[in-house]
Amino acid sequence: MKGRGFRIYAIAYLVFLYAPIVLLPIFAFNNSTIISFPLVGFTTKWFAALSDDTSLLLAVRHSLIVAVSVSILATTFGVFAARATTRYDFPAKGGIMGLIMLPLVLPDIIIAVALLGAFTNILGVSLNLFTVILGHTLIATPFTIAILNAAFQSLDRSLEEAAYDLGETKFSTFRLIILPLVAPGIISSMLIAFTISLDEYIIAAFLSGAGSATLPVYIFSQFRFPQRVPIIMALGTILVCLSVLLLTVAEYFRRRGIAKAGGKDTGGFL
Amino acid sequence: MKQRKILGSEAGNGYLMLSPTAIYSIALMAAPLIAVLVFSFMTPGYLKIIWKFTLSNYTTVLGDPIYAALMERSLVMAAAVTAATVLSAFPIAYFISFHVSPERKSLWLFLITIPFWTSYLIRVFLWKVILGYNGVINSAFEAIGLIKQPMTFLLYNANSVVITLAHSYAPFAILPIFVALEKIDRSLLEAGQDLGESQIMTFLRVTLPLAMSGVVASVLIVFIPTVGDYVTPTLVGGSSGQMIANIIQLQYFKLGNYPMGSAVSITAMGIVTVLALIFLFLNRRFLRGQK
Repeated sequence: MKGRGFRIYAIAYLVFLYAPIVLLPIFAFNNSTIISFPLVGFTTKWFAALSDDTSLLLAVRHSLIVAVSVSILATTFGVFAARATTRYDFPAKGGIMGLIMLPLVLPDIIIAVALLGAFTNILGVSLNLFTVILGHTLIATPFTIAILNAAFQSLDRSLEEAAYDLGETKFSTFRLIILPLVAPGIISSMLIAFTISLDEYIIAAFLSGAGSATLPVYIFSQFRFPQRVPIIMALGTILVCLSVLLLTVAEYFRRRGIAKAGGKDTGGFL
Repeated sequence: MKQRKILGSEAGNGYLMLSPTAIYSIALMAAPLIAVLVFSFMTPGYLKIIWKFTLSNYTTVLGDPIYAALMERSLVMAAAVTAATVLSAFPIAYFISFHVSPERKSLWLFLITIPFWTSYLIRVFLWKVILGYNGVINSAFEAIGLIKQPMTFLLYNANSVVITLAHSYAPFAILPIFVALEKIDRSLLEAGQDLGESQIMTFLRVTLPLAMSGVVASVLIVFIPTVGDYVTPTLVGGSSGQMIANIIQLQYFKLGNYPMGSAVSITAMGIVTVLALIFLFLNRRFLRGQK
């Protein structure tokens, strides 16, 4: 009886959560530049218009370069941190980890202005895709650590000790025993870092400089033009499908990783 | 000899392993944040900093009523978003933890996190489309004859910012509460009822206090980033929904006044940190002895 009340509330909540995403494809296929009901007719011309937009294609290219680099860098940093916290005990561990995880709660605009000031006024470097990669790696790393911690935590330490006893070195043990066991966690963490970078706007806007706009920077610039709205809807539809796909794959690997190491699934990504 | 001992020790290995990530964080976050602090005491020049100490940035930030008004509005809106998000999230977390069978919990959590991972910009923009003058709500209501004139109070004000942010931060509120609820030993609840407490009293006296660590975490994890959100107030806020991030962006990006932008950032961070610490202090009895 009580469970049913909760279930109705939970379903209403999901409707609220999904309302914007459900509207996206409806208007992406609607044959009108004005976004309102009633719908006018079916069209695929907004999707066709996407492929003609050279600045969009350039922005997609930039975003892919950034997102791939970030997924590799952030996951590498994540592996080091997750391995260190789950395997070793040392003084000030909590404090150092707190600093590394700080971007989770620090508003992105603070990170954006801090990096902009440091890059332009202290280091004197010019802004380009590389500076965006550095900024995105900073905010993606805490997420990779959260995922990789779960993967490393479920490792059985006796496997590692057995490898040492059988004469493996530290490095070969890591490569032969630990890496294969946490591989699903690594894939999952790379996909999450990729998704975060692909989606991030404010740091990219501050650090990309002229001529290296990423996809969100491009999208934001298009919001000013009402006639471009349906095209953005079409683009959004593609992006949503893409990120749902990426997340499903990431979730599959995350669960497989935990199951492989014999752990118990404790839930989502955060 | 001594050096080798440190390198081979448990702590030494730990530090070595953590060092790449820690050094990256220090170089690209801690150092730049200290730089912002230093900038905030320097004299502004367009797009560059004149290295001369001054307190004038802070006297402006603290004295000019525009900054005070924006800061106050950011805090009030963030508080409203936090209250709305956490209060609506608690029943969801409770439902998943207590009423969903264990093998389906992951699926529910996955469903809740998916919208969070899909393009933030486009999600915010869609709220503009939903709430706008010719938007989904207005055109749908007009079509079924509920209203004659489009409602204008939906978009470009504080309401729309609160709705949009509450939507964006929902999973951040649900997950910490869910984790805290999952940790509760179910036999405590049975014990409460065996001792004659009603279901509601058991909830108030056992479940809620034990879940408070999660509630505290979700309040902070929603409140702190919301105060500094830029995209949502810019896209759906209109002039009456602007927040502190907008003035930071204006100072840095449009006016090229780095010291002033830094002073605003530092002041905002200082206020938020103090509020967070007060909040933690007030809730200290729920956090004690929990790991």
